[in-house]
Amino acid sequence: MLVWILFLLCQVGAPALAQDLCQRDAPNGYKVRISLKTALGEDAYEWNQSEMFFFQATMAFAMRRHFQMETYNVDNIILCVQTSRVSFWFVVTSPDNTTMLIPKADVEKAVRMSRHRINNAFLLSDRTLEFLGIYPTLAAPVNPDTPPWLIVFGVVIGAVCVGIIALLISSLLQKRRKEKGMTEDGQDEEDMQVKGVENGINLDGTYNRGFTDDDRFTKL
Amino acid sequence: MPEEGMENSKGGEERPKWNNKAEYLLTCIGFAVGLGNVWRFPYLCQIYGGGAFLIPYLIALVFQGLPLLYLELAIGQRLRMGSIGVWNSISPYLGGVGVASMVVSLCVSLFYNTIVAWVLWYLFNSFQEPLPWSQCPLNHNNTGYVEECVESTPVNYFWYRKTLNITPNMETSGSLQWWMVVSLATAWSIVYICFIRGSRPSAVYVTATFPYLVLTIFLVRALTLPGSSEGLIYLFTPDVRPLSNPQVWLDAATQIFFSLSVAFGGLISFSSYNSQKNNCERDAVLVGVINSATSIYASIPIFAILGFKAHTNYVTCLNGNILALTNEFDISDMNITVENYEQWFDSLNGTHPSRVSDLNLKTCDLQTFLDQSASGTGLAFIVFTEAVISMPGSQVWAVLFFIMLFSLGLSSMFGNLEGVLTPLHDLKLVPKWMPNELFTGKTLICLVLFLVSLIFTLGSGNYWLEIFNSYVGSVPLLIIAFFEIIAVAYIYGIGRFSDDLEFMTGHRPNIFWKVCWLVISPLMLFVVLVAYVAVQAQTHPTYPAWNPDYVNFPDTEVLPYPDWVFAICVLLSSVPVIFIPLVAIYRLICCMSGRHSEDRLHNDPNPYANEGYVVES
Repeated sequence: MLVWILFLLCQVGAPALAQDLCQRDAPNGYKVRISLKTALGEDAYEWNQSEMFFFQATMAFAMRRHFQMETYNVDNIILCVQTSRVSFWFVVTSPDNTTMLIPKADVEKAVRMSRHRINNAFLLSDRTLEFLGIYPTLAAPVNPDTPPWLIVFGVVIGAVCVGIIALLISSLLQKRRKEKGMTEDGQDEEDMQVKGVENGINLDGTYNRGFTDDDRFTKL
Repeated sequence: MPEEGMENSKGGEERPKWNNKAEYLLTCIGFAVGLGNVWRFPYLCQIYGGGAFLIPYLIALVFQGLPLLYLELAIGQRLRMGSIGVWNSISPYLGGVGVASMVVSLCVSLFYNTIVAWVLWYLFNSFQEPLPWSQCPLNHNNTGYVEECVESTPVNYFWYRKTLNITPNMETSGSLQWWMVVSLATAWSIVYICFIRGSRPSAVYVTATFPYLVLTIFLVRALTLPGSSEGLIYLFTPDVRPLSNPQVWLDAATQIFFSLSVAFGGLISFSSYNSQKNNCERDAVLVGVINSATSIYASIPIFAILGFKAHTNYVTCLNGNILALTNEFDISDMNITVENYEQWFDSLNGTHPSRVSDLNLKTCDLQTFLDQSASGTGLAFIVFTEAVISMPGSQVWAVLFFIMLFSLGLSSMFGNLEGVLTPLHDLKLVPKWMPNELFTGKTLICLVLFLVSLIFTLGSGNYWLEIFNSYVGSVPLLIIAFFEIIAVAYIYGIGRFSDDLEFMTGHRPNIFWKVCWLVISPLMLFVVLVAYVAVQAQTHPTYPAWNPDYVNFPDTEVLPYPDWVFAICVLLSSVPVIFIPLVAIYRLICCMSGRHSEDRLHNDPNPYANEGYVVES
């Protein structure tokens, strides 16, 4: 009979005890904030009791993963103060003693370790599944060995150098060709240079000495 | 490559010629259309009442810009020489005008190519995912983001720290930034390769037309972005109230003047390669109108994108507030949206005013975001790059934008260098022992200019560039243009000039041109010059410095110029201009010492007289 009364008391008392352990601003608890519509938009699922159970299971998994000795169960994760935001508080009790809470620091370590798995379980990210007080580690910057801009610069300057050298060589070749051409018909050049520059206009053709103006003034 | 023409201008030497008219026009348009059309005109439009700014702008174009442009193209075409030769021909006492043009072109080339180098740097960095100016880098122990970046914005940080590595003030020079030196070398190499062997004419087909293509692409893209219509409405809503402020008219006149790139000497050189029987009146009107039309056309996509950016900033600001309210009152996610924010805010503020005020919500006003305007490098490297991050496919848009800026800058550099190289060539200043065929003259000049412009790659380089921009690229040009127009209208004589124009175009200039050259343009130039100097003199010379240790960081700290810097400013403004009186005095002295006979020839470049005169070097 006594055992039966004790059992009844435990059944009634345990949730009440759990309620005392988990409350808003609990010293060893964390507030969780979930933004489903921001993360998933149209595909957002409804947050209901099953999802809460899933969360408990995920947290139990995280705790097990961190403290590899102890076997945490969904009962060890106590949730409270749910809002429609969706946000709630949770505390973690020890599997050996359900009245003892796991300290905040240990919970934090467990969450940090499995953060990626927890996020993926709910199709969320660090930003949309927030553990208030546990800051996400910043992504390590991608540091390529050669900065990309140097590669583009190398291509451009290579093309320009090739262009300059090509132009230099072609102009040298042209000059050499012109010099060769000049020496071959040097005779003609001399003739052309005699007349040429009247009034600054380079005349074409050879000078016809038949039309020299020695007869400018007509003889009377 | 310009063919060697059949007409000589002086003793036996042939002047290169344009391959066709299109090349000439494109080169002139490319020279006139530059970075200022894209990043200065839209800003002026915005702050001076949108569409109403077009009124002073077009008045300045018609009465000041076009006459000056026509004048320069005409004398270049008629006298067939670079700027120094031309002014020597008109009057040996005014040869200094040509020298001043050359010196200004030289100084402008220095800093203009540095801007091109900055554009290249951003272009090289646009080939990354994610764009380097979209996020803050981590600090050295990976615990958080770099403080300077967090306090300002990633875009500002990338510009001031990663690009310029700017020093807190002008006295600290810092060291040469190697990445900037590399970009500058690239810029000068590209300019060089376009200049040697006259491959420039083929390059202008691309550099002059490509910006229009990109602007059109941006226009189409921008119009599909949310918020673009607000930007356009903001730009084009005419507000005639600012027009009563004389500053507006001053800015319109200076904008037209600097935009057309007159008084650099480059336009004179370009038109000197024309045949004499070319209709330069039509060319001048065409170039002037296209330049202004480009400015107006460019402002449309710019403002559409700025509207998009303002909209994005507004939505981000609102979302920040929404998140704060949602978290504080545990309201269901996404119940408060941008649309119903006002109602939610009012109801929450009514029921829990203390909690709401504790949140320190920001006031988000679209108009405030639209009012954030910038011009110059601020527009291109800070505002626009920020807008590009929010556009899908950011890399493509960034690359397109910077290639457009690059070709705009490159085509203007052609004109700048032309204004330096042609007078030097005409003056035969290149020593005889240098083989001209191997273009060593051009190589040497490009090399020297590159080495001198390394100043701008120092830590304090941006401050120096602003000084060059404000003091070399402004007052000296106005003075030179004033002397140009006085020289042609009064010393050369409007009658003789009309004869020349009749010879070239086939008809005498009509009354409009004559009145402008004689009265309106010199008067406008004089008034603008005096007003500009007066405005500059009133404001104590200060500069905005980027100082992370400043109390109000990220606002820039306004510092006064140190005395030695101010002396340099004055020198920069006066050295080009001092050549005008110097050369006049020198000629006077030579004249008085009896070498008068040679000068008479120069005063008579009559088209019907013997053209076999030699420029006195």
